[in-house]
Amino acid sequence: MQEAQANLCPMMEAVDFSFTYPGASKPSLKGINLPVLENRITALIGPSGCGKSTLLRSMNRIHDLYPGCRYEGAINLRCENGEVKNILEWKKENDLIRLRQKVGMIFQKPTPFPMSIYDNIAYGLKLQGIRNRSELDERVEQALRDGALWNEVKDRLKDDARGLSGGQQQRLCIARSVALRPDVLLFDEPTSALDPISTVAIEEMIMELRNRYTICIVTHNMQQAARISDYTAFMYMGELVEYGETDTIFTNPREKQTEDYITGRFG
Amino acid sequence: MNLSQRRLLINRLFSIVSAGTAIVGLIFLGWIIVTLVMKGTEALSFRVFTTDLVNGGLRNLIWGQFVLSMLAAAIAVPLGMLAGIWLQEYGNHTRYAHFIRDLSDVMMSAPSIVIGTFVYAILVVPVQHTNGWAGIVALAILMLPIVVRTTDDMLGLIPRELREAGVALGIPKYRIILDIIIRAAKVGIMTGLLLAFARIVGETAPLLYTSGTSEFWPEGLTQTYPSLTVSIYNLATMPDAEMVKLAWTGALLLAVFVLTLNIVGRYVVRDRRKK
Repeated sequence: MQEAQANLCPMMEAVDFSFTYPGASKPSLKGINLPVLENRITALIGPSGCGKSTLLRSMNRIHDLYPGCRYEGAINLRCENGEVKNILEWKKENDLIRLRQKVGMIFQKPTPFPMSIYDNIAYGLKLQGIRNRSELDERVEQALRDGALWNEVKDRLKDDARGLSGGQQQRLCIARSVALRPDVLLFDEPTSALDPISTVAIEEMIMELRNRYTICIVTHNMQQAARISDYTAFMYMGELVEYGETDTIFTNPREKQTEDYITGRFG
Repeated sequence: MNLSQRRLLINRLFSIVSAGTAIVGLIFLGWIIVTLVMKGTEALSFRVFTTDLVNGGLRNLIWGQFVLSMLAAAIAVPLGMLAGIWLQEYGNHTRYAHFIRDLSDVMMSAPSIVIGTFVYAILVVPVQHTNGWAGIVALAILMLPIVVRTTDDMLGLIPRELREAGVALGIPKYRIILDIIIRAAKVGIMTGLLLAFARIVGETAPLLYTSGTSEFWPEGLTQTYPSLTVSIYNLATMPDAEMVKLAWTGALLLAVFVLTLNIVGRYVVRDRRKK
């Protein structure tokens, strides 16, 4: 594990990171150290309330929507030309907008915007300043192909996106994030609201995307983590218990707690 | 009698009682509509729409009521929607927002005659005569809290995941509100606005001594302005039987208009939900 990590540089890294929700007396995350390696899939697992979603949501600072959250420590992001910046130091709204364009996020519930399938994808691109019609068409098609959705929707791009099935909506949301060409994609339990077939489709998609993006995924489903991820972090009660290559975590964990969790003895 | 028989009996009794009270309510509604149609159609003719009150028609009154209500909506809708957006999207959960929300609710339950009196004091007394603007302001004050409440509530129904999804794509907040949240809440807001408009179109009390009413085609908003509702009130108390008939016709036209607005408002919602 050590040597594998040495070859890869972290795209993002939490260093001594703590997080406190507004009005809470104790931090929800305590001293987290976690690298998210480039072009790899990192899975966060752990029982409900362990803080894995909180950690993921810190990584693009979506917590900032709700005032009063406290961050401590650092979350480093490698920017263009290799410069490493601590995203927790960014204060201005414009910096946060730029951060979220680099670090995209997909949620548990599909969230299509109330517009056509085409516009769902083109909307973010237009806001990035792409006005040229043919370039937009091209980027939308590419994103829908990345989202394994093109063949299903190419004849009804003008239809309302809310008419799609749940699995299709979720793939549309992934395509929408991918269209902006972020560096990192965060998945917050992307398949827990979907049926098994849609789940397989999305898992395959995530594995495809791994070649071009750095991915971090929170999942309740341990088989899912084992199937798709390269690295796994086990969290419990706001702390990171163990991090390592997925194979190692699932076959030969160092910590007793990890073993108990993955064998189903608690959680 | 065992337990399940007793429950069935109570169930049946309760159904009969609630159906009965529903029918009582509907009887009165039917009665009102039937009376209105019977008495209202007596004086209904094409002339009603082509001549002013001074010549025995309602043309100036219908137009006057429409102008007053539309201009009131033109003031109240943008103000109210902006306030509603602020309450839900920016100020939400702050003490100031709670305060504004409560204040708006209090304003909604204020008797309309009180609003009329207030506007009378500030816009009619200084110029010594009733005028169209005073009527517009009174109606706008009446409509404002309804618009605030509707916008606030309808935006509140939009799941927060949709806002987060917008934020996660790096979209600026004001664009999320304008392009995504409002669009998602569009049908609800439109319905609310339509119902709010229907509410003010039929109001008499706020206009009674603000716009007043006149028998002639309006000469401008700085003058006493014709109002259908106030004229219905005046005509109905006149000794002349023809005038009373005309009042009934006015009431019928008003009821038909308000009813249509309400039905359209509800139909729009139902139509969208089916899809």
